[in-house]
Amino acid sequence: MAEIRNYTMNFGPQHPAAHGVLRLVLELDGEIIERADPHIGLLHRGTEKLAETKPYNQSIGYMDRLDYVSMMCSEHAYVRAVEKLLGIEAPERAQYIRTMFDEITRILNHLLWIGAHALDVGAMTMFLYAFREREDLMDAYEAVSGARLHATYYRVGGVMLDLPDSMPKYKPSKWHSEKDVRRMNQNREGDLLDFLEDFTNRFPGHVDDYETLLTDNRIWKQRLVDIGVVSPERAIELGFTGPMLRGSGVEWDLRRKQPYAAYDKMDFQIPVGVNGDSYDRYLVRMAEMRQSNEIIRQCIDWLRVNKGPVKVDNHKVTAPSRSDMKENMESMIHHFKLFTEGYCTPRGEVYSAVEAPKGEFGVYMISDGANKPYRVKLRAPGFAHLAALDEMSRGHMLADVVAIIGTQDIVFGEIDR
Amino acid sequence: MIFIAVAVAIGVGAFIAGWYLGQPSRPDADKNSPYECGFEAFEDARMKFDVRYYLVAILFILFDLEIAFLFPWGVVLEKIGRFGFLAMVVFLTILVVGFVYEWAKGALDWE
Amino acid sequence: MTDVTTALAWLPDFIEPLLTWLPIWAQILVSSLLKIVLILVPVLLGVMYLTFAERKIIGYMQVRVGPNRVGPRGWLQPIADTLKFLTKEVILPTNANVYLFIIAPMLSLVPALAAWAVVPFLDGWVLADIDASLLYILALTSIGVYGILVAGWASNSKYAFLGAMRAGAQVVAYEIAMGFALVGVLMAAGSLNLREIVLHQSGGLFQWYWLPLFPLFVVYFISGVAETNRAPFDVAEGESEIVAGFHVEYSGIAFALFFLAEYANMILISTLTSLLFLGGWLSPFDGLDWLTELPVIGLLFGNGLHWLLIKISLFLLFFLWFRATFPRYRYDQIMRLGWKVFIPVTLVWILVMGFAMFYTPFGHWFH
Repeated sequence: MAEIRNYTMNFGPQHPAAHGVLRLVLELDGEIIERADPHIGLLHRGTEKLAETKPYNQSIGYMDRLDYVSMMCSEHAYVRAVEKLLGIEAPERAQYIRTMFDEITRILNHLLWIGAHALDVGAMTMFLYAFREREDLMDAYEAVSGARLHATYYRVGGVMLDLPDSMPKYKPSKWHSEKDVRRMNQNREGDLLDFLEDFTNRFPGHVDDYETLLTDNRIWKQRLVDIGVVSPERAIELGFTGPMLRGSGVEWDLRRKQPYAAYDKMDFQIPVGVNGDSYDRYLVRMAEMRQSNEIIRQCIDWLRVNKGPVKVDNHKVTAPSRSDMKENMESMIHHFKLFTEGYCTPRGEVYSAVEAPKGEFGVYMISDGANKPYRVKLRAPGFAHLAALDEMSRGHMLADVVAIIGTQDIVFGEIDR
Repeated sequence: MIFIAVAVAIGVGAFIAGWYLGQPSRPDADKNSPYECGFEAFEDARMKFDVRYYLVAILFILFDLEIAFLFPWGVVLEKIGRFGFLAMVVFLTILVVGFVYEWAKGALDWE
Repeated sequence: MTDVTTALAWLPDFIEPLLTWLPIWAQILVSSLLKIVLILVPVLLGVMYLTFAERKIIGYMQVRVGPNRVGPRGWLQPIADTLKFLTKEVILPTNANVYLFIIAPMLSLVPALAAWAVVPFLDGWVLADIDASLLYILALTSIGVYGILVAGWASNSKYAFLGAMRAGAQVVAYEIAMGFALVGVLMAAGSLNLREIVLHQSGGLFQWYWLPLFPLFVVYFISGVAETNRAPFDVAEGESEIVAGFHVEYSGIAFALFFLAEYANMILISTLTSLLFLGGWLSPFDGLDWLTELPVIGLLFGNGLHWLLIKISLFLLFFLWFRATFPRYRYDQIMRLGWKVFIPVTLVWILVMGFAMFYTPFGHWFH
């Protein structure tokens, strides 16, 4: 019989399931994966080096663009690193706002993940359902920051502005009559917190919908159960974090183990998997969405009652109010200095990590006392996960690689940085 | 027959229409290279590789023949009555034994 | 097509005088062509608007509106699509086998259309009322897959090649289940002629074959979904795995032909399922004379083309519904489903039927 050779094939970057710009070089025996070699770097923008050339505040926006589906969580890690260097703490209200938006971000991320994952496995309806809910959360982003994705809302020492008193509303147009618009604006009559509360009331029902569509679906189970199994020990060795680690049964969550912001005051559970396969990771993420919803609700309750400042009063670090600036010479100088030179931090090095939706997102920063960091290193959770792709997909079929990429929840913004 | 001819005519006609109505062909090396997600292909696509289901394919031929036998049998079943039915049961049993054997041997499993 | 009267059968009366000046063979030819046009034009229009219906219906299932810009509420969208396909460049990949590459789309379209020759729409409304019409259709639908295999091979692209291999696996798995399901129908009807099979089911909803042959009915329709490469069995295309599978290198009209073939096959499978298991043009109220004899609406309750169309639309809706609901099977799972579930089910049911027909008093259920 003639010699049978393995097949070497490019998978991505121009591929519907490559989640951006993943390039895999696959060695196939028929359709069985013999080797999967991920190639990275196609989305490299030098974020770390850029951050080293700019005053601290000007790099916050770059953090949004790392993991572009969990924007505020990356911001959070960064501003907390700088706060640690400066030795300041954001006011309590800002901590709660950050907690709330971290969880909104988690839901945003998991919604995109479930949509893309289901689409990869072939269930395309999920994607559009997920985007229906994402729309509301992005409106919340827009209400606080003016941007739907790259918010740049967190600031060193707090957040940019307090929560708005009103939501932007739809206006009648060629496509939407007065009646439609009234219906669409129904949940936008109050302030942002009312809008979010309405969302938290609806959202568990939506998650139930997703679960009806997928959880007990035989095909969905056949495609995910026992695919990409990682044992707990191996998951730790591979540097997994977040749902990837919890899916293998390791109960590790920075929100609980090293509480930051207002997480120590929150009542929530950490879902963990048992088998460490793709299906368990799916269940973990679905449960996390429900937990996040609960945390948002708790934050809303607290934020309704407790007013107060949302950033520290130290105008070396945070901008003074506009009215102060117009009347007060010192405020104006502060403003000018902050937006041109920025502020200097004491010498030292810090590591700050948050539980981003994908896992531990960390910022390691060295300061030499100047107004910009000497060195910034970002720890992207997806990088460690992608590195395990070969191990997870070996022996599976081509279609499973797609499912594994989906279960890893890969976003190239953070991996290539 | 005429119908097949017309169907062929529609197929060919549509293709020719598309060929001439379509934008003139402007080939270039990149456009005409086989799609492989934006990178040069490593090797030619035509090479020997393990199909894996050749055993199943053989079984397929057997069963397809079997169906060819069953078709006329099904049509005249009323006329041949019980004897015809029993004869086919015997025939099917032999086939099913083979099928079960393949199943037990794992020929129907992927690996 | 032996004489003029059969050739003219169900054509409108005014045609006949118009043709009398022609020689006999030309009369037969012209009237046959007329019938072909009468069959194919609705089929092709159906295909066009099936694509539109798919986008609209799945759109509404997915909380969006679907195409609504071209023409009133998007109704001209399929026409715009056709024109766009026609005016696009057909790209011939460098290393492709040109002849095979060009033949492949036609090879998949022609059987999908030619199969309609034996499909009866009403008693007598059939182009070729041949005895082995079921065999003819089985043969033609199996040819369709060669289009896919040839396309995947000729493109000389790895993704296309994988798609072709998968299509091969699928055929291997589902032809048999489909064939066995048909054997059950044959046993019940005692004929290979589609018209006779339908007439055998007359007598109302409970005389149709879907009830006694329920497992075969389900197996046949699901195998039909698999044979047409539709979700959840669309591994040969495998959008998110092998990008577009066998037609990844095709563009313009060449791609459109594959597209047409897929949708024509969907309609064909729906039609066949209606004919074989749901009594084709027969009304579910057939046999309830008081109902069919009502003035005016009695016509609606009686047998007629509208029942066939309703049944076809129902199955087409299932096609679309599956696509909006299910994730995609992996292709070894498809093979497993075909071999380990469907084939045993059909085999067992054929035996059950046989025993019931000859050894139990329930035999008449299966006749």
